[in-house]
Amino acid sequence: MSEPIATVRPEPVEGQQSDSVPHLSFDKLRTNGNQIIRDGAIVRDEWTLIAATHAEPLPAGRVIVPLARWLAERDALTARITEQNQPLGVWLDGHEDPAKLADAIHRFAVIAVNFPKFADGRGYSIATLLRSRYGFKGELRAIGDVLRDQLFYMKRVGFNAFAVRADKDIHDAVKALKDFSEVYQGSVNQPLPLFKRKRVPEIA
Amino acid sequence: MYKYDSYDQTIVDERVAQFRGQTERFLAGQLSEDEFRPLRLQNGLYIQKHAPMLRVAIPYGLLSSKQVRKLAHIARKYDRGYGHFTTRQNIQFNWPTLESVPEILAELATVEMHAIQTSGNCIRNVTSDQFAGIAHDELIDPRPYAELIRQWSTFHPEFAYLPRKFKIAVNGAVEDRAGTLFHDIGVHAVRTASGEVAFNILVGGGLGRTPILGHVVREELPRQHLFTYLDAILRVYNRYGRRDNMYKARIKILVKELGLEKFRAEVEAEWAHLKDGPSTLTQDEIDRVAAHFVDPAYEKLSAVSAEYEKRLLDNKAFARWVSRNVFGHKQPGYAAVTLSLKKTGIAPGDATDAQLDAVADLADRYSYGEIRASHEQNLILADVKLSDLFAVWEEAKRIGFATPNIGLLTDIIACPGGDFCSLANAKSIPIADAIQQRFDDLDYIFDIGDIAINISGCMNACGHHHVGHIGILGVDKHGAEFYQVTIGGSQGLDAALGKVIGPSFAQDEMADVVEKLIKTYVDLRHEDEHFLDTAKRVGIEPFKARVYDKKAGHSAAEVANV
Ligand code: SF4
Repeated sequence: MSEPIATVRPEPVEGQQSDSVPHLSFDKLRTNGNQIIRDGAIVRDEWTLIAATHAEPLPAGRVIVPLARWLAERDALTARITEQNQPLGVWLDGHEDPAKLADAIHRFAVIAVNFPKFADGRGYSIATLLRSRYGFKGELRAIGDVLRDQLFYMKRVGFNAFAVRADKDIHDAVKALKDFSEVYQGSVNQPLPLFKRKRVPEIA
Repeated sequence: MYKYDSYDQTIVDERVAQFRGQTERFLAGQLSEDEFRPLRLQNGLYIQKHAPMLRVAIPYGLLSSKQVRKLAHIARKYDRGYGHFTTRQNIQFNWPTLESVPEILAELATVEMHAIQTSGNCIRNVTSDQFAGIAHDELIDPRPYAELIRQWSTFHPEFAYLPRKFKIAVNGAVEDRAGTLFHDIGVHAVRTASGEVAFNILVGGGLGRTPILGHVVREELPRQHLFTYLDAILRVYNRYGRRDNMYKARIKILVKELGLEKFRAEVEAEWAHLKDGPSTLTQDEIDRVAAHFVDPAYEKLSAVSAEYEKRLLDNKAFARWVSRNVFGHKQPGYAAVTLSLKKTGIAPGDATDAQLDAVADLADRYSYGEIRASHEQNLILADVKLSDLFAVWEEAKRIGFATPNIGLLTDIIACPGGDFCSLANAKSIPIADAIQQRFDDLDYIFDIGDIAINISGCMNACGHHHVGHIGILGVDKHGAEFYQVTIGGSQGLDAALGKVIGPSFAQDEMADVVEKLIKTYVDLRHEDEHFLDTAKRVGIEPFKARVYDKKAGHSAAEVANV
């Protein structure tokens, strides 16, 4: 597994907001009725997202911890899964390497990928790798600046859950999953490109 | 040319519906300006100085007469009666209203056109050689591969939000008319020792703020691996390309910062996982697409046409036009005609609705109903019989597209610049016009011979000024419009970047400056040398000395270098 070449964290660009953590504020997520889109339906979210800055002991119940916390407290968190029977989730930021989860990928019920800004596309490659290279089968959730007009692409790279940004209408956003009925290239949710599914010449 | 099947049509139609919804939500205030921006850009829609500008894709420059008539209709109905052909084989409309764009896209979809990924930080419309399929020096026809790349890149879900724009060019000939050295990825056909045609993959070329030639990252890539290799490059770029500074976000910067070897190692490591995977191309698919690009039903003609030869002898003006605007053809008895969109007094690349309609008629009558757009901002009729050339010339004269100047001084490449573009430092079109006005003697222009003048209104280099034999770049100097001049740039296989000759000039000095550069060349040239040859041989000094000679009237106030 190659190490990331660089761990570039976007610096705030002039005129633009700083990113990452603000979108993980619980208040914002809660104000969206505590709902997410999962497998095409709007459902109650039973998970608690743990911010990168959160240093206190973890609350009981279903939590999604930052990658750094998983790496630092791996033994204790593994025990939480295996001994206390508590499902665990982990979240990655755009600059983080999904390879770090490879050896424990099946332990997680949820992996969330943060989109610091909706136009920051690193999460699409992270999701692709989690699904197609590391074989993650659980819930893959987009968090952060998650907006309607990106959901179709997110679905294609393997996300099946979407924590739509708090100030947006989740019932409106869910419609985007059906924006296109056909696609050209292969991706996670349909590995075969169009030319191997439908344009195959008939065998004489 | 490529004809949509029901899948292609469905995808384009659904895009129209999607963008209509996005526009409605924006107008209703449900999408913020920031949220709408990437969406509209990925549909070619800019907010420009005066109005929105819509850039319509002409994949690898190919158009049918029906499509050209539709463009004429759009120019008439939604614009002010003209369109602008760009240096990337696209067309731009400068005056549509935002509200009308979904309707324009719907109209385009009826003729298998769209504006998908003509802007924004995504894989842009793929470009190629304007003489694809007819050139003498072709190893393979690049168009099927350009079309395959178009489909692979259209709404590629992993690469829709890249650090920056991403341009791919495909070249199938020995000579590189597609500028593959100046693209984020250049796909260049080569013949291997075993006689197969494979691709050299170049990466990290580009103009703009940091002009740089591409490097070969992979030699002789077998054709079936094209998509998986592109996926590997794009994934490395998407993950590690810089997003903190838009001026350092192109893949060329990543390649530079990592070094070619490390970059290549990353790509190869990624490709090891993708190679032979589901996206591997099949011969069936290559054949399916290639079947759209078979030769038209050429007549069996002799390589000479007595009628044409006689016309050449009888009519000097016709012969002159032929010597510049007609390009040899692989098929005996045929030629390719370049219609010049560089008439003095008209912005380079502009065409009116009436001209577009007339070109469509010409194509139907003389060139199997097809038209091509070149990155030099001209239009091409690729399959004209020698015996029809005279008639085509007469018609082209009638519509103002017969200026005999292809590759000559007045065939200036210019971006829209400060007249339209909100990013501009300075205007481009008036400079092109001033130079064209100054050089109004056709004999002199023919005597000067081959030369490329490229003008960009800012660092973004849409006018490709770095590769102009004379390059002109608009710069901002204390709020005033100035122009920096380079010489010695060139495109093609031995591409080079021009060198700055010195301090920049005011707008009204530019025609003088170009004239002095040309006079220097004329004085110093050896027989058979073009401007570029002389510039390369003698270097910039003699040019500089002449242009900046104070006695020759150069303004002393103009000293600060920009
Ligand atoms: S080079 Fe600059 S001024 Fe010219 S079109 Fe491009 S961005 Fe606009």
